[in-house]
Amino acid sequence: MARFLLRRLLHGLVVLWVVATLTFILMRVIPGGPFDREQRLPPQVLANIAAKYHLDQPWWTQYVRYLKQISRGDLGPSFKYLDRGVNEIIRDTLPVSMLLGLFALAFALLCSFPLALLAAYRHNSWTDRWAMVLATLGISLPNFILGALLIWLFALQLGWFQAGRWGEWRSAVLPTITLGAAPAAYLSHLLRSSLLETLGEDFIRTARAKGLKEATVLFKHALRNSLIPVLTVMGPLLAALVTGSFVVEYVFAIPGMGRFFITAVTDRDYSMIMGVTLVYTALLVAANGLVDLCYSLVDPRVKAH
Amino acid sequence: MGNRQKTKAARRGLGQNRMALWSLAFIILVSLGGLLAPLLSPYSPGGLEEKRLLERPSWSHWMGTDGLGRDLLTRVLYGARVSIAVGIGTASIALIVGTLYGLISGYVGGRLDNALMRIVDTFYGLPDLLIFVLLSLVFGRNIGGILIALGLVTWGRFARISRGQVLQVREFIYIEGARAIGASHVRILLRHILPNILGPLLVTLTFSIPTAILAESTLSFIGLGINDPYSEWGTSWGTLAQDGWRALRTYPHIILFPGLAIFLTILAFNSLGNGLREVLDPKGK
Repeated sequence: MARFLLRRLLHGLVVLWVVATLTFILMRVIPGGPFDREQRLPPQVLANIAAKYHLDQPWWTQYVRYLKQISRGDLGPSFKYLDRGVNEIIRDTLPVSMLLGLFALAFALLCSFPLALLAAYRHNSWTDRWAMVLATLGISLPNFILGALLIWLFALQLGWFQAGRWGEWRSAVLPTITLGAAPAAYLSHLLRSSLLETLGEDFIRTARAKGLKEATVLFKHALRNSLIPVLTVMGPLLAALVTGSFVVEYVFAIPGMGRFFITAVTDRDYSMIMGVTLVYTALLVAANGLVDLCYSLVDPRVKAH
Repeated sequence: MGNRQKTKAARRGLGQNRMALWSLAFIILVSLGGLLAPLLSPYSPGGLEEKRLLERPSWSHWMGTDGLGRDLLTRVLYGARVSIAVGIGTASIALIVGTLYGLISGYVGGRLDNALMRIVDTFYGLPDLLIFVLLSLVFGRNIGGILIALGLVTWGRFARISRGQVLQVREFIYIEGARAIGASHVRILLRHILPNILGPLLVTLTFSIPTAILAESTLSFIGLGINDPYSEWGTSWGTLAQDGWRALRTYPHIILFPGLAIFLTILAFNSLGNGLREVLDPKGK
């Protein structure tokens, strides 16, 4: 187990290094810099600014400096918000994004499990068909369209919930649904086909023949053995939740990390872009590691190796 | 079953799937609409009519007009060019690059396979929408740049699938037979292996198209996508939706139509993909 964890950790570090290097290169290749203004600054001022952010040094010195800096956990000063460091901004905004992501994940799980169980149990019935139509619609609806639709209907027309602002439950409902809908739909689809396959297995017939209760057969025998495909997609799914959140944060004006990413890209705020990308990557690496650990819990045959 | 029979069976199978057929019809319709937009619409996509701002749908403007008095239906038709081009273009780039990569990796096997798949694994599970944003800045915020950036983000999926397929197919006896009669590696790869793994690849291709369309329109919606106002391609549906988003409170029709266009197109490709998968790749469900 310790070896497994160590290997995952090493792999995670490699991924982080790749992403750090990649973003570093991209930032240097992209035309336009953070201090380009419509009115050109005097060359002396530009030189001073470049010196302050070490942009006047050759790229490899910058690269080494950058790697050293992030290995200390310091993401550097923001190029745009002169009085705040990237760490500080991320400390303020990351919890908001994480909370939104967790809400959406909970929403997705709470919707998809009952839907998939119902659909698989009543295979080929109307319930099944409608559940799958709903799921296909959910997969195909882009979250910015769904967000706009929900805002228009529930906030502007009916006035039930709030759109925009963040801090009380009434303002969290719509973003949660917007972000969680597609994962919910996707999971329902997947879990249903997995359940259907399992329900056709011999051991299910055996369980029924033994006279076990239907609920035991369904939940203990079928569901548990259908979870592997669900776990397999949890990694990409978490990625979708994390990166999808920046669109949802944009639509609902939520002060999360994703919104800062969007403004950072427009402002060419190098250190902010690199910082946010690194934090997102670290989150994903951690999530994927967690998923791998869960494998061995669900299926004892899969030894964490 | 021979390849021709397979194709026949596939066609018959797809023929029974009404939803997939309707989807295919819709996709053709949207593509034709985009191609023939100048013939279909009496308006030009940039034609301003300052007396007819923000009109609701009417007989002369089926989808109404936007804040500058441009005919929305015309803009949506032209926008189809962007979406379809991005969808099919990206998927094709990813298909070619990824498949070649996967074919070589799976066929050669051993250490090379290990190393090549490590690379794919490293990129798998990265925040790809973010990387896509950064890449699109590098390659330019126009159709070509978006195609390359998105292609670079999505090719890994094809590499994984084709490699997995090659690993199965290369053990078959007829491959050994081909090798025994002296076929070269290139010939075996292209004539004997590739045709037999086309099914799953086609399914993956069909699902990659809506993913690409979604990514492009999302980026355009948040203002980081195609930024090329003088392009003859037309304006992305995502940008149109963004225009409508700003006017959501008072003029919801402006987001409704581009939104519907994006939704229905993605839905059509997904349904077609589901239909194809049932026929071509029953195990991959």
